[in-house]
Amino acid sequence: MKTTIIKTIALALCASGLSATAVQAQQAKEQFFPLLVYRTGPYAPNGTPWANGKQDYLKLINARDGGVNGVKLTYEECETGYATDKGVECYERLKGKGASLFDPQATGITFALTDKVPQDKIPLITLGYGLSSSQDGNVFKWNFPLMGSYWTAADMLIQHLAKKEGGFDKLKGKKIALVYHDSPFGKEPIPLLDERQKMHGFDLVKIPVTAPGVEQKSAWLQVRQQRPDYVLLWGWGVMNSTALKEAQATGYPREKMYGVWWAGAEPDVKDVGEGAKGYNALALNTSGQTPKVIQDILKLVHDKGQGTGPKDEVGSVLYTRGLIIQMLGVEAVRRAQERFGKGKVMSGEQVRWGLENLALDDKKLAALGLTGVIRPISTSCQDHMGSTWARVHTWDGAKWNFSSDWLQADEMIIKPMVKAGADKYAGEKKLTRRTPEDCQS
Amino acid sequence: MLYRENGQFKATYRADQQIFPIRQDRIALIALLLIAFVLVPLSAPEYLFRAILIPFLILSLAALGLNILVGYCGQISLGTGAFMAVGAYAAYNFQVRIEGMPLIASLLLGGACSTVVGVLFGIPSLRIKGLYLAVATLAAQFFVDWAALRLKWVTNGSDSGSVSVAGLQVFGFSLQSPAAKYLFCLAIVALFALLAKNLVRSAIGREWMAMRDMDVAAAVIGIRPVYAKLTAFAVSAFIVGVAGALWGFIHLGAWEPAAFNIDRSFQLLFMVIIGGLGSIMGAFLGAAFIVLLPILLDQIPLWFGIPISTATASHLTSMIFGALIVFFLIVEPHGLARLWSTAKEKLRLWPFPH
Repeated sequence: MKTTIIKTIALALCASGLSATAVQAQQAKEQFFPLLVYRTGPYAPNGTPWANGKQDYLKLINARDGGVNGVKLTYEECETGYATDKGVECYERLKGKGASLFDPQATGITFALTDKVPQDKIPLITLGYGLSSSQDGNVFKWNFPLMGSYWTAADMLIQHLAKKEGGFDKLKGKKIALVYHDSPFGKEPIPLLDERQKMHGFDLVKIPVTAPGVEQKSAWLQVRQQRPDYVLLWGWGVMNSTALKEAQATGYPREKMYGVWWAGAEPDVKDVGEGAKGYNALALNTSGQTPKVIQDILKLVHDKGQGTGPKDEVGSVLYTRGLIIQMLGVEAVRRAQERFGKGKVMSGEQVRWGLENLALDDKKLAALGLTGVIRPISTSCQDHMGSTWARVHTWDGAKWNFSSDWLQADEMIIKPMVKAGADKYAGEKKLTRRTPEDCQS
Repeated sequence: MLYRENGQFKATYRADQQIFPIRQDRIALIALLLIAFVLVPLSAPEYLFRAILIPFLILSLAALGLNILVGYCGQISLGTGAFMAVGAYAAYNFQVRIEGMPLIASLLLGGACSTVVGVLFGIPSLRIKGLYLAVATLAAQFFVDWAALRLKWVTNGSDSGSVSVAGLQVFGFSLQSPAAKYLFCLAIVALFALLAKNLVRSAIGREWMAMRDMDVAAAVIGIRPVYAKLTAFAVSAFIVGVAGALWGFIHLGAWEPAAFNIDRSFQLLFMVIIGGLGSIMGAFLGAAFIVLLPILLDQIPLWFGIPISTATASHLTSMIFGALIVFFLIVEPHGLARLWSTAKEKLRLWPFPH
């Protein structure tokens, strides 16, 4: 009697094990990408092309290469509306579907998720946004602010202004205003600007704009009173075009306005038209339909009627940025497969290793069809940013044109700040820095 | 048949005055608590905890607090988000500035700070009422939004204005797992619901209701308006403050002032109105309606495999949600709680209505 029971249980266990492997085998060839997006709300004009680019790239990889080493890419979108609590809900929902990588697409959501991801073992890509000090991979094991943070952006802008003026010593006594979105997103660059202010003796005027930024009359009244030599614009969504219209109304020269890379895309300037002529902003990537990867998307995705969003927006600034974010995610999976087994589905931990060991040189970028779109990027255990290059581009009334060489943030200033920020975070959370052995995992 | 009360006699005042005088209600409540405390933690998946149950519980608590003010005392408030924010930021400051501060103490102290602010902004209610008071409490909302964004002290000098907490524990138990967080919230919410229910049944609760129904008449029969109104503000702000602290600590973990902006105030006011003014259960029903329905509506096209874009789904959700609010308010202006009590009345007579 007893043996029969044991036999039955053993059989049942075997059967359940078999069925589990069968299920796994069925799903084995699909790498799931969760897409947190906002296609509605005050930030929708900028969120939409970004989301379209991300989706189209996944479609392209499936259509052109049949996935990554035979692993098909699947995805599901979840609308956050840029709200933190909705973003957390989306994260939980998509996490349960086997996500191994998240791009939260909002600074607030990034902050809320930063504490959750170490437990769930899922990496976060926050390309060009998020927590600046998370560049320090020794403390922030799961955060990847690839290609730049708000500190590097602010640093590049100050360098550019210095070059324009003819040297850092010429900045002394100049007045630089920071018109910023009053949220963590807008406040992130302030520590760096304070640091630079101390170094060069310019006068920093901080002018907050209440989110979402449609009401800016008082901010621009301040600009009119203070008459700054330059205005740095740290805006997103409707705030940018409103700022440009207000600048026009105030009579502030647009040539002296410099936006962060999130304030320098087509939706920001198109509605203002001629009024935005001369406005400058940082650019992490090129725009336009010339790069090979964009041509591939047009040919293999949009011409087949499977494109996301309008065809003429393919290749716009934010579309291309979305594409790059997705490309880096896909490349991380590819890199992880090189170590953990080609043709397998990668887990969150494995993708994290891939993100930490990215090595995209000119040759690889050329193979991806991204020649000239971005500079080579390689990450490491210590440095979760990779590289931090950007250019300034200027709106001529119809399109963006590059108006500076490649700029790079000054490591001498950024590094100690990143380390101090990461140490403060580690102290608050009672974390210890990762050991060299941990870097191998 | 379900609600036959034949043979349920009450021989003492005590039995007559209990919260649930009908046996079926008591059984249902015990069953509900058993499910909530035992069955759910054992069986629910993580998504249900983190994305649905925890926010539902915390917002129920906030709605409960607001309901005391709006539903029981008749003082319309649009500053609920602000009181939540005060609770959250105060609790945060107690937690990070005082070494070894127990979590429950910080939560309660956060509630206490919120009480002070609530009473302060409740003082105008002695002179003004109705819509005018709503606008006065709106001032609380703007003031706290401003303070949380501008005063470095409030956020403990955080550069970005975003604060976060970690390593929470209660009596040595770590609050890391979703089930532990859920149980912690559930225990607090159950406790506060019981306290609130008893408060509104007591003398002070009757004073609040008298104030709500007709303040002049209430004053004539000897109720002090100052005392009644300010206690309602105090109790309400305390509960809302604790809810705010839970929202920041347990649900979000890291938050910025936008988590407690004016939208949150409106959301809570809608919960109270849809759930039922002047009803403890209404707060829970309202929270369920406002929290769960949009998530559900978002998912429905997906379940049926209807390929519509994310933006369209989101717009559709807003439209259907708005339409449902209007529909409910027309069909049952007294809220979901009234709908439930009507159903109960019907069940008492079923299956032989007369």
